[in-house]
Amino acid sequence: MATHAGESLTVSAGPAVRVEGLRRSFSEAGGVLNGLDLTIGAGEFVALIGRSGSGKSTLLRALAGLDRSVAGSGVVDVPERVSVVFQDSRLLPWRRVLDNVTLGLTGSDARERGLEALSEVGLEGRDRAWPHELSGGEQQRAALARSLVRDPQLLLADEPFGALDALTRIKMHKLLEKLYAAHNPAILLVTHDVDEAIALADRVIVLVDGVVGSDIRIDLGSKRSPGDPRFASLRAQLLTELGVVEEEVA
Amino acid sequence: MATAAVEAPITGVVPGKATDERVVRRRLGPGPRVPGTLWIGPVLLLGLWFLASATGVLDPRTLSEPWVVVETAQRLIADGRLPEALATSAYRAALGLVIGVVVGLALALVSGLSRAGEALIDGPVQVKRAIPSLALMPLLILWLGIGEPMKVITIALGVLIPIYIHTHNGLRGIDSRYAELAETVGLGRGAFVRHVVLPGATPGFLLGLRFAVLNALLSLVVVEQVNATSGIGHMITLASSYGQTEIIVVGLVVYALLGLVADGIVRFTERKALAWRRTLESH
Repeated sequence: MATHAGESLTVSAGPAVRVEGLRRSFSEAGGVLNGLDLTIGAGEFVALIGRSGSGKSTLLRALAGLDRSVAGSGVVDVPERVSVVFQDSRLLPWRRVLDNVTLGLTGSDARERGLEALSEVGLEGRDRAWPHELSGGEQQRAALARSLVRDPQLLLADEPFGALDALTRIKMHKLLEKLYAAHNPAILLVTHDVDEAIALADRVIVLVDGVVGSDIRIDLGSKRSPGDPRFASLRAQLLTELGVVEEEVA
Repeated sequence: MATAAVEAPITGVVPGKATDERVVRRRLGPGPRVPGTLWIGPVLLLGLWFLASATGVLDPRTLSEPWVVVETAQRLIADGRLPEALATSAYRAALGLVIGVVVGLALALVSGLSRAGEALIDGPVQVKRAIPSLALMPLLILWLGIGEPMKVITIALGVLIPIYIHTHNGLRGIDSRYAELAETVGLGRGAFVRHVVLPGATPGFLLGLRFAVLNALLSLVVVEQVNATSGIGHMITLASSYGQTEIIVVGLVVYALLGLVADGIVRFTERKALAWRRTLESH
């Protein structure tokens, strides 16, 4: 695991994620994360937005334990079972879809669980396909199945729909909502799409210069429509937080 | 092509009568392949050989008549000399190939998976690569004599290099994002090698194998002409001293068949093992 000076990495029940005073820097000049504090409750869906270079991916990689070669300090407290969905599906091209989903699983029921996860994401019958035979959306569904089959307490998603076309992305939003309702992991969704953040998350966090700039609760209920005036005002607020002037987008 | 229907004006539009002014350019590529045409050259050459032999233009002392070669092959097969020589040669090549592949693969894995292994192994192999294996024969003859060990080791040395180079390349070319994925799904070292490293390096290994097979054959030809007392090469050397061109030609044909069969086996394996790869052939 990560070995950063003065950092404790512990596993506990309580909140799903607890981050205190997290610092990460890639150079002497300045930090990417500058003493960031963040708590995510168990089963809470949090979207993380921010301009490029604001440290979104760095934070996600710190939570995933993928940044051991980066200098930094702070407290990172994550649950035992963490799954990651990347922007690319990252399916092994030389393994069939089912073997990709069950990669690293042990136990005699691995196959059963894999097939179940595939049917849950709408890929039943594609278990014997090679990854390159799937469309981009289907590959990302398989990646979701691979992360869910591990029954994660925390799901980290780094712009998982960023490379998909608009129609496919809408379908994937529906799928993610369904899976979230069924499994209820805590989710940290990194995205650059403000609408996606408002439509899916319980809370939207705006990252500014490596710290939490604002932390906004979304109380729109389960039926959310971009036409809703409250939706529009949240969007305007978030875009202002991101430093985008409203006239530019209109 | 959108212009496929235009026939007449291809060579140029007649002034005044121009109903279609599109300039249809000659295609730059060689055009589509006509099946079976690859055989025209070899068959023509064979026909020329027949003709030259039949008319007496070609002296049998220079090159035997094709029918004599066929008769000789039949006779050599019937009296068991050819099968025996073939078995000896094939065994030598196969043994050298297996030893070279195993050693090359092991070195590539150690060197590709650890920095310490790379520091120890990669340099010497690159130096060895610069020295043609056949140039080492005088030294090997001094060390091992002129018997089978020298022959097999010369072949193995020629095989080891392409296997090492291409497998090592394949290993290093594996996308580091897959290593990251392996970490997030909690794969151990062994599972990582089994699920990511080995399958990822397979295309490189198989490419190396194709070169290795050709190298094995080349080394076989050379070692068999040095003090061999058995094998196809011995048969050819003997025939050379008696001026029996028909036996030499039979030997050459056998070498060619060995090469073609070995390459065919590797290509077949490649198709089976790399079914996951989307290639132009399958789509």
